[in-house]
Order: sequence, then C-alpha cells, then structure tokens
Amino acid sequence: MSITVALTLTSFAAALVIGTVVAAFRVSPVAPLRAAGAAWVEVLRNIPLSVLMLGFYFGFTKIDIRYGEFATAVIVLSAYTSSFVAETVRAGINSVARGQAEAARSIGLTFPQSLRVVVLPQAMRTVVAPLGSVFIALIKNSSLAGLIAVVELTDMADRISFDTARPIPAFLGAAVGYLLLALPSGAVVGLLERRAAIKR
Amino acid sequence: MEKVSKSFGPVKALQEVDLSVERGEVVVVVGPSGSGKSTLCRCINRLEPVDSGTVMIDGVPLPEEGKALAKLRADVGMVFQSFNLFAHKTVLENVTLGPTKVRGLSRSEARQRAMELLRRVGIDDKADRYPAELSGGQQQRAAIARALAMEPKLMLFDEPTSALDPEMIKEVLDVMTELASEGKTMVVVSHEMGFARSAAQRVVFMDDGRIVEVAPPDRFFSDPQSERAKDFLSKILAH
Repeated sequence: MSITVALTLTSFAAALVIGTVVAAFRVSPVAPLRAAGAAWVEVLRNIPLSVLMLGFYFGFTKIDIRYGEFATAVIVLSAYTSSFVAETVRAGINSVARGQAEAARSIGLTFPQSLRVVVLPQAMRTVVAPLGSVFIALIKNSSLAGLIAVVELTDMADRISFDTARPIPAFLGAAVGYLLLALPSGAVVGLLERRAAIKR
Repeated sequence: MEKVSKSFGPVKALQEVDLSVERGEVVVVVGPSGSGKSTLCRCINRLEPVDSGTVMIDGVPLPEEGKALAKLRADVGMVFQSFNLFAHKTVLENVTLGPTKVRGLSRSEARQRAMELLRRVGIDDKADRYPAELSGGQQQRAAIARALAMEPKLMLFDEPTSALDPEMIKEVLDVMTELASEGKTMVVVSHEMGFARSAAQRVVFMDDGRIVEVAPPDRFFSDPQSERAKDFLSKILAH
C-alpha cells in the first residue's frame, strides 16, 4: 500500500505542476503554445493508460533509457494525469470573470503575471472539487503500474492470490485498501473546498 | 487617436475616429448605448486592439501585446463599470498589487501609499476587507484608488457609475470631481450629464461609431450644433 501511496502522491504533485503549465499554454495569446498545449492534452488523454504504461516501459528499454519501473510508472502516471489536470484548470480559468484579467492588465501586469497573480489563484479555488476527483482517479489508475512489475496494491494482491490460490480474500483486501485511501481523500477535498472558497 | 476603426463581426463600433486629449484635460464622452463610447475608451489602452488607425500616448504609438504594452498600460489607469476588483485579495492588496509587482515598490512603501489613497477616497477603514464585503460605491472608490496607485498619466473611466445605486453615484462622482480639479488627465465615458457639465473641459458626443460633435460643456448642453446631439439631449434632459 505504501508503494501505491508513493506512486499517487509523487505523480499527483508532478501532474499538478505540468497540468497547470499546460492549461496556461492553452489560454496563452501565443498560438504555437496553444497548439502545443492542445496536442499534449489530446494525445495523453485519448490513449489508454495501460497502453501508455507498457509502451513507455518497452520504449524506454528499447532506446536504452533505464529509469527503473517505479520511475517509469511515475512518469507515465504524471503525464497521463496532467492532461486531466490541464483541462480541469483550464475550465477554472475560463470561469474567472473576464474583467479580472482586464483589470490586471490595465494596471500593467503582463499576461503571464496576470495569470499567475490574479486569474490562477481564483481558478484553483473553483476547481478544488474536480481536482479531487482527478486525484481519486489517480489512486485507482496507479494499479496499472502493476503491468510493469511495480509491486503496488493490486499487483501485491495478484501475487498473494497466485501464491495462496485464494483470489477472493486477496482482492477483497486490495479493494479495502483502495477504499481506505480514497474515502479519506474525498473528505480532505471537501475540507479544502470549504477553506478555499472566496468570500462573495 | 487617428482614424481609428474597430468592428465586432459585422458591427462597426468605431469608424475613423480622431480624438486628441491634452495633458491635464478632462474629456467626457457621451452618447446613446452602442455608440462606441466604451470601445473608444478600451482602445486607448489597447484592452481592445484596433482594426486600423493609430492610438498614441505622448506621441508614441501603442505597441503590440507584450512587455512594452504592459509598461504603457501601467501609465494609464482604468476604472471599469463593474469595478473588477481582484476578488481574492483585500482592498489594500488590490491597491498595492500594481506598485509592488509592476513598479517594484517595497511592500511597506506600497502599503503606506495605498493607505493614503484609500484615505483620500474615504475607505481607509475598509482596507482589510474583501471586495464582496463592500458596497458598490465603496468598491468603485477602491478601484479608483487601485488605478491611482500607479500614478498614471491618464485615467480612463468606462461608465464608472452605471452599475451603482443613485445614492452611491455621488460619492464616486465626488472623488472624480476632485481628481479633475487637481488637473488629472481624464477620459470619462459617462451618462452623468451633471458631471460632464461641471468637470469637463470638452464633451465628445458619439453616435453610431463616430464622433459627431466636440464642444465645451456649456455650449454642448445649451446650443448643440448637430441634429443628433439635439435629439439625444432632448431625450435625456426631458425629465
């Protein structure tokens, strides 16, 4: 279970950073950046995670880059999740009234400054709940790291089931493990959401 | 601005508009809805890029979007109809943001100057409140303080009182009248004819994307030259 937690937390931190940058690209006034952001999202979001996981694992091996299984799993999970984070954050950015960005620019902030100082802080507050859903999806998606021999919760259950020939208790155990991770996460998201709300 | 034109799709918001504003001058732009007054105002700091023509400030044409334009916008204060105070920041933070991020002032200096400005517009007691906790009139005064904090060469007011209750209009106009009397260069888009009469050096009357008439306020209100302005004034001054 600790591997699952480590996979999830590391990947989510990376996905938040990458996804926010990609979202900023997608609303940028610079057309090539917008195109790059859109390409990132559309490619990663529309390929099954299992295909990405195995593809990168064998792809890295083929071109003789060896990151180890855990690192490869983090890279793939971060990249995949970042596409969902990017779309969520972009929706948040679009929800911030246009006047906020106009006011920011009218006092002389550049586009990146107005995004960072005025728009994103407000956008992030409105997307706490949907980002929470992305996080919970990631907890469960981390099970696919088992495909490339990272012994996380699901792979562990699989191994126990194989060793003991008793699959039902093994996978029931895994299910309980995921619930133990996901349910408190949901509660934390709810808490964060209330704290982040802007007084209106 | 010279021969400035701007369209939104098929709608011609501005058609070959020429206007120049002297330093220290207060120009009030009036006209019916959809006449292009707000667009004119927003083109001056390029919140709305123009389709053709040139907008110049101190003889320098507005640059393309980017650092140079941002620098120029810092010298042009803007006050919006819907206030647009930063919702996640306190009134004080709203006023200090520009000076610290753009002008590079220290936090304490920016704070001190912001408090002075807030005192001037009469809401220093609201410095630590969030915009949503203020009345419309207070929000608009905070927005004026935010713009003034940049020590702009020119202040643009885009219908600053149109979203306010009648009682609050006065407190905002008082602040604006004071600014005008101090010799601030101002372009004000407004339906407040009283303000135009008392504070403006020139009234610009717009209709259908064109400047129809430019005159000192006493002449504009007592003896408008164009038929369109006569018609407009007869409608709004009838009550």
